[in-house]
Amino acid sequence: MAEIRFTKEHEWIRIEGDVAVIGITDYAQQQLGDIVYVELPAVGKKLAKGDEAAVVESVKAASEVYAPVSGEVAAVNDGLGANPALVNSSPAGDGWFLKLRGADAAEIKGLMDEAAYKKYLEGLA
Amino acid sequence: MDKSQGRTSRPETGGVAEVATVSGHRGLMMEEPLVFEQGEPGRTGVDLPEVPKTVERLGGVKRRQAIGLPSLSEPQVVRHFTRLSQKNYAIDSGMYPLGSCTMKHNPRLNEKLARLPGFADIHPLQPAQTIQGALELMDRLAHWLKVLTGMPAVALSPGAGAHGEFCGMTAIRAALQARVDKRNKVLVPESAHGTNPATAAALGYEVESIPADARGRVDVAAFKAKLGPDVAGIMLTNPNTCGLFETDIVEIARAMHEAGGFLYADGANFNAIVGRVRPGDLGIDAMHINLHKTFSTPHGGGGPGSGPVVFSAALAPYVPLPYVVHGPEGFRLVETAEAGAAPFGRLKAFHGQMGMFVRALAYMMSHGADGLRQASEDAVLNANYVLARLKDTMTAAFDGPCMHEALFDDHFLKDTGVTTLDVAKALIDEGFHPMTMYFPLVVHGALLIEPTESETKATLDHFVASLRAVAARAKSGDAAFFHAAPRLTPRRRLDETRAARQPVLRWRPPTPRQAAE
Amino acid sequence: MRYLPHTDADRRAMLAAISAPSIDALYRDVPASARLSGLLDLPKHMPEMEVERELTALAARNRSAGAMASFLGGGAYRHHVPAAVDHLIQRGEFLTSYTPYQPEVSQGTLQMLFEFQTQVALISDMEVANASMYDGATAAAEAVMMANRVTHRKKAILSGGLHPHYCEVVENYARWCGFEATCGGPDPQGAEDLARQIDGDTSCVVVQSPSVFGHIKGYSALAAAAQKAGALLVFVVTEIVSLGLLTPPGAMGADIVAAEGQSLGNALNFGGPYLGLFATRDRYVRQMPGRIAGETVDADGRRGWVLTLSTREQHIRREKATSNICTNSGLCALAFSIHLSLLGEDGFARLAEINHARAVQLAEKLAAVKGVTVLNDGFFNEFTVRLPRPAAPVVDRLVERGVLAGVPASRLWPERRDVTDLLIVAATETNSVAEMDFFAQSLAEAL
Repeated sequence: MAEIRFTKEHEWIRIEGDVAVIGITDYAQQQLGDIVYVELPAVGKKLAKGDEAAVVESVKAASEVYAPVSGEVAAVNDGLGANPALVNSSPAGDGWFLKLRGADAAEIKGLMDEAAYKKYLEGLA
Repeated sequence: MDKSQGRTSRPETGGVAEVATVSGHRGLMMEEPLVFEQGEPGRTGVDLPEVPKTVERLGGVKRRQAIGLPSLSEPQVVRHFTRLSQKNYAIDSGMYPLGSCTMKHNPRLNEKLARLPGFADIHPLQPAQTIQGALELMDRLAHWLKVLTGMPAVALSPGAGAHGEFCGMTAIRAALQARVDKRNKVLVPESAHGTNPATAAALGYEVESIPADARGRVDVAAFKAKLGPDVAGIMLTNPNTCGLFETDIVEIARAMHEAGGFLYADGANFNAIVGRVRPGDLGIDAMHINLHKTFSTPHGGGGPGSGPVVFSAALAPYVPLPYVVHGPEGFRLVETAEAGAAPFGRLKAFHGQMGMFVRALAYMMSHGADGLRQASEDAVLNANYVLARLKDTMTAAFDGPCMHEALFDDHFLKDTGVTTLDVAKALIDEGFHPMTMYFPLVVHGALLIEPTESETKATLDHFVASLRAVAARAKSGDAAFFHAAPRLTPRRRLDETRAARQPVLRWRPPTPRQAAE
Repeated sequence: MRYLPHTDADRRAMLAAISAPSIDALYRDVPASARLSGLLDLPKHMPEMEVERELTALAARNRSAGAMASFLGGGAYRHHVPAAVDHLIQRGEFLTSYTPYQPEVSQGTLQMLFEFQTQVALISDMEVANASMYDGATAAAEAVMMANRVTHRKKAILSGGLHPHYCEVVENYARWCGFEATCGGPDPQGAEDLARQIDGDTSCVVVQSPSVFGHIKGYSALAAAAQKAGALLVFVVTEIVSLGLLTPPGAMGADIVAAEGQSLGNALNFGGPYLGLFATRDRYVRQMPGRIAGETVDADGRRGWVLTLSTREQHIRREKATSNICTNSGLCALAFSIHLSLLGEDGFARLAEINHARAVQLAEKLAAVKGVTVLNDGFFNEFTVRLPRPAAPVVDRLVERGVLAGVPASRLWPERRDVTDLLIVAATETNSVAEMDFFAQSLAEAL
């Protein structure tokens, strides 16, 4: 199981082979409420770290999801079109958003690990 | 992720014990199908003359397929819409304490006068000599607006508030362009209504947010720190969306002007200060006025509105076309730029919301200078009364006094499991339309109450008593009661998640298989 | 003052409850320099009778279209509105209700909007419609901006048949919002070739049919040409009754329809409030501006309606919204919907047939006047005539005879010298044969 990392904006990122998979955390999906729509980038789009990668919408809010690292969009989760609820039910699994190619592994490792993210969440409460 | 105010949009299921009926109606609460589900071919709701016998000259572009409209008789149509109306809350039925919406009484004299054929049955392109009364009415309304605001120029054409914002901000852009001053930023307080940044962004401006200070006003130091040669202006609402008068507005205007920019004011909350303060005396360069808020034109289920914009002398040359002028030969509608003026263009097909002008002027004349001032004072008094009678049980966001609206946050609901939304839904069962909720964004779980001057003390006492009881119930830990509210309305809580995930935005005729079922 | 319920005793009691010495104390945050101590220089309150008398006198200084023989069109049309419409829209629960943000107590408005959206989609043969915009011109501007978002391009081509006021509005938005849109010059013969102008930078082509001159055309070929180049076809309709008889825009391949709905349910009202209709294809719905009502169920599983897809809108998306629009034209949409419900399938078609027939009759009568040429082969209820002299003074002379003879083209294109002899004339079901004869006769005498 690949190591997972987290950002302060509640994105998670996980290396799987030659791509990095990105999604939002359980905390984020709880904060947003029922997800109704996810706007995903085009495959092939080049994202710099911090660029807006996706927009996740609940009924009353739209939140930007930022690229935690730079890379090129290799794939997006088409399943979210028909079933945005996957983000609520399985935020770390079937509710993934996109996969980036060419991401810097060291940059990813430099983000918060699971323990650090848990601590960060406790600080928010 | 940068938004943390998501809230449930799906209701808890679970019925309320109720008397079952065969018809589905419940006393005066009728179930009413869609108009498309009631038609029968051969029925009609109109009696039209015979079609004159002529040749057809349609150039071959004639419709070949049926549209699929239902055919109903007049009694059916009247009953259909009557039943629909009975499912609506309205100002006529009860208090609507929606903050920043100014849900005051909609006078019926306004309706009568707007329907006079001399106003309602005139075409916008009639020659000027046949519509002098209409042009004079526009001129008179313009005069009232200029005197009430202390501003020298006004554009009547914008169709509603957001359109007025576009008008005012475009005038600012035009003025900057005229002096070849390229500025690309607009400052907007965090508490601003969404139309403000949306308008600025539409015009290509980068929007920078200014925080509120601990007193709920624009943080003047933060504002000044953002001033520079690239700032076109600041969009302020005064009183602001927290219901507070921006005490430093004169200084903000001065600093903004010194930096070469302009002050746009969102006039949504003008009802607090009409006849007591003139925006022109505060240094404002442009302000839109919502005739459908401050000046009583009816909300009509969401519109139409009317958003005239008053301008300072600095922006007066850029007022858009068309506008009314008075000359030796009477009133004239100016539709092309004249010498000395640099209007930035036309905003709507015609001259503005004439139907709303008649209503607003009737309201203004009915109140007069003295009545308008009294109305503002009563609006402010009512809001402060509500604030005083609720602040011990709900958490007021800021110390009083407030202006025409009182802002609370959801701190008083902490650890109850009850949200602002739940409180609103419980209030519906009490027979009150809820206050504005979750706006402004600067406080958590906002509840913004604007009673307006139209409410009696007795109604306010009734409202306060209901809200106190609701708050007490929330604090007593009865969260389940709230989650199932409202119970007494034509529909219970609706599944907004489903509506957004599986949008059904129109009726479609059933497929033959569905129809057979 | 009848709208203000408080007595002085009420005010005193409430001030006491607040512990405020006076109302002035509640205004203490107003800078002293800005406080108005006295009344502004405006009349004081007037009795209801006097307000009525004054404004009735102002109304009497207008000559209503109904009191004259009116043949004015040009983007606003005089139709007969059945009596039931105005009664229903004045029901307090419609007139004085607010935007349906609390759906449990707004099912009347929401169901009405859902029906309205369906009606707009049906008559235009499009897939989805919104809950209305301010008017047809702003709807057209929003349509162009939507096309820009969908195609990621910034250049719109505007037909010379598009109403010049609509052109001006789109050009105005273009100039200030950072995209390109230029009106073709007036096209009185309906002869322009728009397909030629489309290139890889075109976001949309905007056409109007019937055009401002009354010409009707098929646009399927243009739609295909636009779409082949990756652009959208925006279709404008200023006389919505025409859809009772003409091929609808959707069937011609339109991507967005921006129309004026005033003709149904709504009086002329000197230009406002009017009713912008906006419809598009399902796949573009997330880029569509304006409010939208959608169907769902409540906690008891019963069908109901809510405002939906709100994340497109300003109150949520703020600077990233599809539009800054907030208010729609709710009560005008209700009037439209009631009128169309009364008309039904056959009534709508028949109303359109009567309009066309009246226009055909009028065209024949005017064509018989010496020196007058009808430019149109085909038209719906509006066409263009060429006079042997400038039209505007002729129109003024006809006013003296009680005839509103139509819109001189010079009114719509004040800077063009080449259209001053053109007059745009409309006839509707409200025009009688006698009126039309009187018009033709007066015109003959005036020329």
